[in-house]
Amino acid sequence: MAHSHDDDHHHDHDHSELSETQLRVRALETVLTEKGYVDPAALDLLIETYEKKVGPRNGARVVAKAWADPAFRARLLKDATPAIAEIGYAGRQGEHIVALENTPKVHHMVVCTLCSCYPWPVLGLPPVWYKSAPYRSRAVADPRGVLADFGFTLPKDTEIRIWDSTAEIRYLVVPMRPAGTEGWSEEKLADLVTRDSMIGTGLPKRPQDLK
Amino acid sequence: MNGGQDLGGKHGFGPVKPERNEPVFHSEWEKRAFALTLAMSMPGGWNIDMGRFAREDRPAQEYLSMTYYQIWFAALERMLKERDFVGEDEIEAGHSRHAPKPVKRILSPGDVEKTLHRGGPTERETNTHATFKPGDKVRARNLQPRTHTRLPAYVRGHVGTIERVIGCHVFPDSNATGAGEDPKWLYTVRFDGRELWGDGGDPTVKVSIDAWEPYLESA
Repeated sequence: MAHSHDDDHHHDHDHSELSETQLRVRALETVLTEKGYVDPAALDLLIETYEKKVGPRNGARVVAKAWADPAFRARLLKDATPAIAEIGYAGRQGEHIVALENTPKVHHMVVCTLCSCYPWPVLGLPPVWYKSAPYRSRAVADPRGVLADFGFTLPKDTEIRIWDSTAEIRYLVVPMRPAGTEGWSEEKLADLVTRDSMIGTGLPKRPQDLK
Repeated sequence: MNGGQDLGGKHGFGPVKPERNEPVFHSEWEKRAFALTLAMSMPGGWNIDMGRFAREDRPAQEYLSMTYYQIWFAALERMLKERDFVGEDEIEAGHSRHAPKPVKRILSPGDVEKTLHRGGPTERETNTHATFKPGDKVRARNLQPRTHTRLPAYVRGHVGTIERVIGCHVFPDSNATGAGEDPKWLYTVRFDGRELWGDGGDPTVKVSIDAWEPYLESA
């Protein structure tokens, strides 16, 4: 799909098309509201939910708890959906979640080559790059190349597991706990957990990155 | 369908370009298109697989040149028009011109939180038994439907291993056409990188998909 957001070359061209889309979206909302099919207050609430409440901070809490609490980690890896529901996260686009734990030998990375499947309750809505043709085409065939686009390399002998989300199962990567965090609270640990580290295209922050 | 959406393994799309401090939405219309799509599925009566097909079922050039929420919005317009909820004349006028079609329910503000929290689980009870078990070798069948499918082209004809028996889940190929949920056993199938990408493939890579039983045969 087009990368209108960061491609200056096509900016003018997209601008007029987007304006047309903007007008049509507004027109359609008016028609649907006048017909009584939608309540604009419900639309506002849907937007607010995904802009303010449901985002990668949720997943960071899950990962931090898995790092700090071995019993929770075991429940999460065995059956992630109920374990995540213990913290209060559940529902749309996270009905069936599987947690994948990275180790020194195995690195997990998640993609949806067919559309944009992503674990909403724990990560929120996916970023543009996750939905883009470059990521969807290359993640399955050249994951090391994709990781290089994100600026990191894995040891040559690390096994890379790619999870293409072709059904309603949603995957959450549990990255490795950074060194030097012994005794940290879950809240402090959560500050280290980045969105990309839970997709498998990044690493968590290190303690020195927080300073 | 073998459309523009089926992107796994395709060349020529260039590098991934992450955006620093990316906002959840990039413009006001994206927010409204997103929310309208979620809200209309209740009165609209379509399911998630019909929605996915409405997005991918368009010329590949068009699919690949539209932004993500342009595709969402185009699919929403199409589903609303196909089901006579709105006419093109109304969208052009920006006002309702025809009597509304009766609907059972609409999404009220009070419903939003519990509707999202409930979601749409796809696992179903069954009295059938899964044909495959973990460790079994399976070949992804060479299926080429013009309708919706979740079997990506890059695995078709290739041999993998059953990694996990997930459960019995709504079958999108049927659900998308309105032929019913027709739940089937769902498996995680793991493929070696070199099986999929040839001798030049990265030997340290393994790729898995989630595949319904009709996508697979013993190998």
